[in-house]
Amino acid sequence: MKTNYTVSIYTENSVGLLNRISAIFQRRHINIVSITSSASEIDDVSRFVIVVNMTEEAVKKVVGQIEKQVEVIKAFYHTDEETIFQESALYKVASKSLFEERHIQNIIKKSHANIVTVNTDFFVIEKTGFRQETEQLYDDLAPYGLLQFVRSGRISVTKSPMKIKALLNKLKD
Amino acid sequence: MKKENISGSEALIHCLLEEGVELIYGYPGGAIMPFYDELYKFQDKLQHVLTRHEQGATHAAQGFARVSGKVGVCVATSGPGATNLVTGIADAMIDSTPMVCITGQVPSHLLGSDAFQETDIIGISTPVTKWNYQITDVNEIPEIMSKAFYIARSGRPGPVLIDITKDAQFATADFKYKACVSIRSYKPVPEVNPSQIDAAATIISNAKKPFIVWGQGVILGKAEEEFKAFVESSNIPAAWTILGVSALPSSHPLNMGMVGMHGNYGPNVLTNECDVLIAVGMRFDDRVTGRLDTYAKQAKVVHFEIDPAEVNKNVTADVAVLGDVKQTLPLLTKKVASKPYTKWFEKFKSHDKIEFDKVINNDLNPTKEGLTMAEVLKEINRASLSDAVVVSDVGQHQMIACRYATFNHSKSNITSGGLGTMGFALPAALGAKMGSPDREVVAIIGDGGFQMTIQELGTIFQTQAAVKVVVLNNDFLGMVRQWQQLFFDKRYASTEMVNPDFVKIAESYFIDAKRVTKRSELGKAVDEMMASDKPYFLEVCVEKEDNVFPMIPSGASVSEIRLS
Repeated sequence: MKTNYTVSIYTENSVGLLNRISAIFQRRHINIVSITSSASEIDDVSRFVIVVNMTEEAVKKVVGQIEKQVEVIKAFYHTDEETIFQESALYKVASKSLFEERHIQNIIKKSHANIVTVNTDFFVIEKTGFRQETEQLYDDLAPYGLLQFVRSGRISVTKSPMKIKALLNKLKD
Repeated sequence: MKKENISGSEALIHCLLEEGVELIYGYPGGAIMPFYDELYKFQDKLQHVLTRHEQGATHAAQGFARVSGKVGVCVATSGPGATNLVTGIADAMIDSTPMVCITGQVPSHLLGSDAFQETDIIGISTPVTKWNYQITDVNEIPEIMSKAFYIARSGRPGPVLIDITKDAQFATADFKYKACVSIRSYKPVPEVNPSQIDAAATIISNAKKPFIVWGQGVILGKAEEEFKAFVESSNIPAAWTILGVSALPSSHPLNMGMVGMHGNYGPNVLTNECDVLIAVGMRFDDRVTGRLDTYAKQAKVVHFEIDPAEVNKNVTADVAVLGDVKQTLPLLTKKVASKPYTKWFEKFKSHDKIEFDKVINNDLNPTKEGLTMAEVLKEINRASLSDAVVVSDVGQHQMIACRYATFNHSKSNITSGGLGTMGFALPAALGAKMGSPDREVVAIIGDGGFQMTIQELGTIFQTQAAVKVVVLNNDFLGMVRQWQQLFFDKRYASTEMVNPDFVKIAESYFIDAKRVTKRSELGKAVDEMMASDKPYFLEVCVEKEDNVFPMIPSGASVSEIRLS
């Protein structure tokens, strides 16, 4: 059965590694739902968080192929239940809506979203949360006219420990 | 070693020398010219062979690597030079051949500008390299090159591509070389887990019909002796994949033959009768397994493997023994006792007899007029005393060569297994001859594949490498034609070839050449070829529409193997 898996990859920070990792999915005709890359808890170690929709059997093999790459330190896959995950979304709305449509202020308040910036032309709302929360806010704001909307890929941490530092120390010996 | 203020090009050459490289294959061009200019000064230490196409350089490097166990090295310029390497790199990747490719690149300030002969070879080669890296800074050269060689040869070997911008070749820096011995994110050989050995030994010891299938991992791990010791002390019948073949002598009584699509009858059928399947350094390629959901379902599978990603990839292992087989097999040998398996061996024998009567006898001792490919191999076995390195291309002749060539020594069967690259054999044979100058090297090539890299006759002529080139000419792309006959109602779409006079072509390269069309001429012609100490070309015109059997049709089970 296909389900969402979060693939977490600890890597060296090197040029071209994103290409190498995405090629592993592309080769198997797997569409990446979302992908983020950032610093991790360890200096000079990057962390990719990739969300894919596939069977466990397939994700296991993909993780094996990823881990095989020279500059990959360790790769894992987890179900949604095993991780804490969030996405961020930005909504750009014309300023006149904020002042003319009083209802919009209630929407922002109710959704626990933040107003990032306001100027005479537009204001930008930020909402971090689960997909359904950012989607709800999208649906609520859409009638007032969204000038721009963007949502980040998933970022996630696992409930269980990762122990990458210990692994790196072991590799050093 | 240390050097002060030397150019990037000279640094590259010192890196190669530090890694023990004495021979490289390549083709010059604009973006790699500084390197070639430096090479000119090091001709006495580093031999460069100018192939006639960059693809030839990769296959030659592969042939060299496969016979010698060393890293093959090839060099090309940017753009088309680099893209011409891709087929050979992909071939080396899928067949786990250690290779380092160096490509020139446009100067770093032009990167991304669609400059003359610029291609993103890092992007292009990423999916087919074990590792690749673009050097833009002269100071990076020693560290990156030492990593390149370490990665190419360690663990499961593979190709590495290093792209170096022209400005980094010209720039100067102090040079200090330190061989790479580890990379923190890379673990080439998994640690041996004794409990896995114990579990494997228990399953094998309880087997009544155990069966070993070994692959190239035995050769890559230099574990031929350890493997032979295990086979002999356990007395378990063993069969090979086409890349594994010469690890155990062909004449060994426990060598049961070849598995896979055109493998032997017994080893294929009995895969589905054994109770324990012991896979050693092989990856259950689809050409080995046939239809997966009917492959060895009755058997417990024990998989000895260096690459964790291969375990449970195609066939689920009951026990996976991770590690280098050179380390793991001796631990197993101690724990598995010999048993007679008399009835089990009889099954192999009875299947062998069926295959001999229905296929092999007709192949080797034909009564019809036309020559068979197999009888050419028989003559080569006779004349070479099974001591030759046989390099085969891709197609019918390849299957015949792998089925019928006999070997006394390891690293003797060089063929493009995983990728099936037509055009592989001629340049690979050149590399094999240069990698093992004391051995006889015979290339077996079809008329189709020969014309894909035929220009390398020029390299053979120029180097005078004493390669024996045998073209088995049936005026067809024979394997495709065979499939068209069997599965496409004999619609021979674009498989018939109108060929030139191959002997004249060889002669125009000043290579001794001969054509054989009759059985009565064959033995003498092969003797003459083998007696020559120069390059030699032999064309054998064989029956046009012969088929290779046994055959497991695509998508069929190994037990559905056809004998006709």
